[in-house]
Amino acid sequence: MTSSIEKPLTGKVPLDGSALDLPAYEQAGGYQAIRKVLSGGMTPKAVIAEVKNANLRGRGGAGFPTGSKWSFVPVGKDVPNPTYLVVNADEMEPGTFKDRFLMERNPHQLIEGAIVASFAIEADIAYIFLRGEYTLAAERLTRAIAEAYERNYLGKNILGSGYSLELHLHLSAGRYICGDETGLLNALEGKRANLRAKPPFPVVVGLFGKPTVVNNVETISCVPHIINNGAEWFHGLSRTKDGGTKLYGVSGKVKRPGLWELPMGTTVREILEEHAGGMRDGVKFRGLLPGGSSTPFIVEEHLDTPMDFTEMPKVGSRLGTGTMIVLDDQTCPVGMAWNMTKFFARESCGFCTPCWSGLGWAERILLSIENGHGKPDDLGKLSAQAKMWGPGATFCALAPGAADPLETAMKYFRADFERHIAEQRCPWR
Amino acid sequence: MATVYIDNKPYQMDPEENLLHGCLSQGLNLPYFCWHPALGSVGACRQCAVKQFKDEHDSQGKIVMSCMTPAVEGTRISIADAEAAAFRTGVIEGLMLNHPHDCPVCDEGGECHLQDMTVMTGHDYRHYEFDKRTFRNQNLGPLVNHEANRCIQCYRCVRYYRDYAGGKDLNAFASRNTVFFGRDEDGVLENEFSGNLVEICPTGVFTDKTLKHHYARKWDQQFAPSVCVHCALGCNIDAGERYGTLRRVVNRYNHEVNGYFLCDRGRFGYEFVNSERRLRQPLLNGKPVSSAGARLHLDECAASGRVIGIGSPRASLEANFALRTLVGPERFYSGMADDQAKLASRMIEILRRGPMPTPTLREIEECDAVFILGEDITNVAPRMALSLRQSVRQQPMEIAKRANVPLWMDHGVRDALQDAKGPLFIATPYSTRLDEVATATFRGAPDDLARLGFAVAHALDPEAPSGQDFPLAAEIANALKTAKKPLIISGMSCGSEAVMEAAANVAMAAQAALSLTAPECNTVGAALIGGSPLTAAFEAIRDGRTDTVIILENDLYRRAPASEVDTFLSAAKHVIVLDHLANPTTEKAELQLPAGTFAESDGTFISSEGRAQRFFQVFAPDNEVLASWRWLKPESWKNLDDVLAALSKALPELAPASYAAPSSAFRIAGAKIPRSPHRESGRTAVLVNIDISEPKTPEDPDSALSFSMEGTPDKPPAPLIPFFWSPGWNSIQAVNTYQKEPGGPLRGGDAGVRMFEPAAPNGRSSNRQAWFSAIPPAFEPRAGEWLLLPMYHFIGSEELSVAARGLAELATKPYVAVNRADLADGAEVEVSCASGTFRLPVRLQPDLPQGVACLSAGVAPLSGVTMPAWGKIERAK
Repeated sequence: MTSSIEKPLTGKVPLDGSALDLPAYEQAGGYQAIRKVLSGGMTPKAVIAEVKNANLRGRGGAGFPTGSKWSFVPVGKDVPNPTYLVVNADEMEPGTFKDRFLMERNPHQLIEGAIVASFAIEADIAYIFLRGEYTLAAERLTRAIAEAYERNYLGKNILGSGYSLELHLHLSAGRYICGDETGLLNALEGKRANLRAKPPFPVVVGLFGKPTVVNNVETISCVPHIINNGAEWFHGLSRTKDGGTKLYGVSGKVKRPGLWELPMGTTVREILEEHAGGMRDGVKFRGLLPGGSSTPFIVEEHLDTPMDFTEMPKVGSRLGTGTMIVLDDQTCPVGMAWNMTKFFARESCGFCTPCWSGLGWAERILLSIENGHGKPDDLGKLSAQAKMWGPGATFCALAPGAADPLETAMKYFRADFERHIAEQRCPWR
Repeated sequence: MATVYIDNKPYQMDPEENLLHGCLSQGLNLPYFCWHPALGSVGACRQCAVKQFKDEHDSQGKIVMSCMTPAVEGTRISIADAEAAAFRTGVIEGLMLNHPHDCPVCDEGGECHLQDMTVMTGHDYRHYEFDKRTFRNQNLGPLVNHEANRCIQCYRCVRYYRDYAGGKDLNAFASRNTVFFGRDEDGVLENEFSGNLVEICPTGVFTDKTLKHHYARKWDQQFAPSVCVHCALGCNIDAGERYGTLRRVVNRYNHEVNGYFLCDRGRFGYEFVNSERRLRQPLLNGKPVSSAGARLHLDECAASGRVIGIGSPRASLEANFALRTLVGPERFYSGMADDQAKLASRMIEILRRGPMPTPTLREIEECDAVFILGEDITNVAPRMALSLRQSVRQQPMEIAKRANVPLWMDHGVRDALQDAKGPLFIATPYSTRLDEVATATFRGAPDDLARLGFAVAHALDPEAPSGQDFPLAAEIANALKTAKKPLIISGMSCGSEAVMEAAANVAMAAQAALSLTAPECNTVGAALIGGSPLTAAFEAIRDGRTDTVIILENDLYRRAPASEVDTFLSAAKHVIVLDHLANPTTEKAELQLPAGTFAESDGTFISSEGRAQRFFQVFAPDNEVLASWRWLKPESWKNLDDVLAALSKALPELAPASYAAPSSAFRIAGAKIPRSPHRESGRTAVLVNIDISEPKTPEDPDSALSFSMEGTPDKPPAPLIPFFWSPGWNSIQAVNTYQKEPGGPLRGGDAGVRMFEPAAPNGRSSNRQAWFSAIPPAFEPRAGEWLLLPMYHFIGSEELSVAARGLAELATKPYVAVNRADLADGAEVEVSCASGTFRLPVRLQPDLPQGVACLSAGVAPLSGVTMPAWGKIERAK
């Protein structure tokens, strides 16, 4: 980590793998944000305005402005009770491990953020919906939540403010689709994790039919710092219009795979070459998926693009979760495409036809190509299928997320696909 | 209305609906699977994709699902757009990846929505080259067959079964392309409306297992519009026949009555028509006799002047009227037991008087507060229970409206409503299936139920008489008072006039709709024809006023205790019985005449709603079976129209019943209406095993239907629709093309004529004199005795359906239900009452009111037991 960069989310985290414990968190200024808002220093509306001004955009991948989302929550006497905040901690995007770090290493930051966010939307109950495999995070969050209750940061009449909040940790039974906000709500209700139609949006009809905001772990973790330091400061952390820092990660055959908190808008090249140390010796870069496996490939010519919500779409990709997967010249791109498609096909909830049917078919075709049984019209079939997964054509974003890497893989590495078919084998095997 | 442009042509559409609904309403073909007019939109199958444009300058457009897009003013879409059409073809191809190529051996073949939609999209070549996923099929019991490999994952089955019908034992399991729709283990589907899966499923996953035993393709069957005989609700059915066997029953859409759905008793009960117990030839003293010989004997007996006729609440108006004409009105008896006759005439009196018209089943669905007094709806009037499961959603719908969720957006509405239920109060002697969706329940003996009813009426209107206050009465009264469309349901089944009168008071006080159940398919019709009840007939024989009795479609052993019936029948010199199934009464007949079932007769039933509806002969039997009225009619009546003309003249109140369907003279452009779907070829080969020359098709003098595939290609009026079919729409979903709009009324009006239309209420003053005031005293349990009440069973209590093969397997065995700590479940006891002594196993029913026990109603040997009655229950020695 480069120390000259300000790292509000991770800067205080101990380097020995342990969590920032409650005394250390408090000593570092923790739980001041809730004191500030609960002592009457800020109204819920003021909190929302501050977060809006900070231009905090959802870190789950969609980049929706957080303050705006909060402002859509109906408040007042006629609103059905209770209102819910749900922290989406179902981090299951392949290649993504940023929320895991925040929960394992700085659990109180998340809890404090959840309290402030709940206060802002006047929520009565909050849930952290945690990926079931994240057992260490579960352990540390459970402890941190208990500590927060002990200190009356949670529970009835928090710090004598009159505001009460219950926070529950819920472990997912484990499907990728539960990470979608409405799939998550159904799962949390104990139902099949098929997605919900929008409208109605969760802010109006959410958990158990009540107004609900679903926010990502990293998003919520930013909130106490915005309250403590102000929108201006948060904005200043960034190199672009999107506010704040961002947790960027790199996996693949690089020298130093890892995770870094950097200013929003750091370029792909800087992350890849400076922080991850570039490709391993003897291995050449071919392309990367910038924000998890559901974002389109970018290649060499795109490396100077700032990694943010605004700039990445200009080169045909997306920021996604900001954790990139690097493809090198010793790895078969067809095999990689097959592996990702296999994941998406497996994780399809089975609701809408192009997804459940088409993904399974595409996976079979890709495997067949990879195994040396490809046919000349296979690429045409794959393109036709990927076209069926476009936004609006399917019910949710899972299939579009599968189409993006597949279509860009076929675009940038077409010769490799064709060679598989022509030679009836995988050249990398 | 909103103007929606489709391929640049303006159409007028309902802006409260979605584009798919709008397109189908305009007769535009757009394929779909997951959407259903009764179930709404969820956007699962993606089959109904169209291209939507921002405005007239937008040439790019985007793919949207028409079922998920509101038909708002100015919407511009294209169905013909090449990209949209290619997408729809792609979706069909996706659905077909795993669908087996087994149409030739699939029961759905030829009437399969998936086939129709595949043809509609033009998909004809499968690019998929890999193996298919396979499932293990489940045994779901004797009614519904399961063939999971055919599944296209449209989710309709679980949405219908769970969300709409309240079932719990069918679910969607697993994910991706291996979602399995079934039970968690093999077993009989528990829901009373499981048979609708057969029509809800767009392909052959769920098919009619009873049809499978004697399968024939839709195009090989001969159909007629008919009316269900297995309860009094009068659900409309189409029945199909081939080679003299009734093959199945399918739903005949009637917007006001059954809509899209039947109960399993109604769908699968038809097999009694094929029963081994059928009487197929006249028998004189147990020996076959020619029809002419039988008729001669009948005429001689009738001419004796010492004959009486006993009609039946399960026989048609026409049959009852023909018997009444034959023996004379004074010598005609209704065939109902005394208590039932009394209840039926009280019911009619209440229905005639109003103040509100009795609601149709569709109107019941729209009611937003319901009070059920004394009725086990699911077991007595099953289809009404399905309507009530929709009515409990009416008040909560406001939640969805407030959240601006369009009401057709099914999952959005359900997400908003969650488990919210509107007011439904159930007061019955024992717990009922609908209790699970009730706001509150009350258990009591009939007298206490009546007292609760009177208390509710009094709470609503202080002028209504009251006996006692109940804590629940105010809550019920308040729910009814604040409702937009309150509904009271009561009826004949707990055997108490006071209960019905209390319900009538509540309806008057709340200005609520009142629906009363009746036990049999033509109870109301029989009561309107009139005639003294059964004991009067018994007396006529005992007193020697008569010595000959003609019994019409009536097993007297189900009406009165066996000893009384025995005495009656053995005292009569001549007993003539017309019926279709052998039963204890036919066994005592000197002359048995084989009567046609609903499938071999024409006739009219009047439902508990007061709706007169015609049923038509499905096929001409090649034996001596005749409609009862044909056995009994005078020479001068040539056909059904003559019967109805005579009926209208003799009983003017029943005249509207003759308009229940067009007369036999009705033609469309000079042509009759074919009973069989059109076939391109092979018609002449149907009977080639018998004769290579094509036989003349039977004549039908009684209706506008022909026993043929030849006739008008146009759509007949609602009462004459033998099957639903349109070009390109071979499945039952062709009903879309018969409706004004999907889910709406049939074009030209729905079938049936309502007999009771009380004038709309004009102020409360008109009711005051009409309050019923005979409040019974509170129920007093007796020491050592039990008040025996009937406990009804969906399958077991109704006479004819238990003769159906599939249902027979599921029929209830006789038992006595008690609430006694000293008896164990299954213990043998002796129950003795005025109707006899019966050895029965005990069924513990802890919620029964103190001093009350229940007998399985209508289940032999208890079928003739008169209830309510006091009885003793003792441990069997």
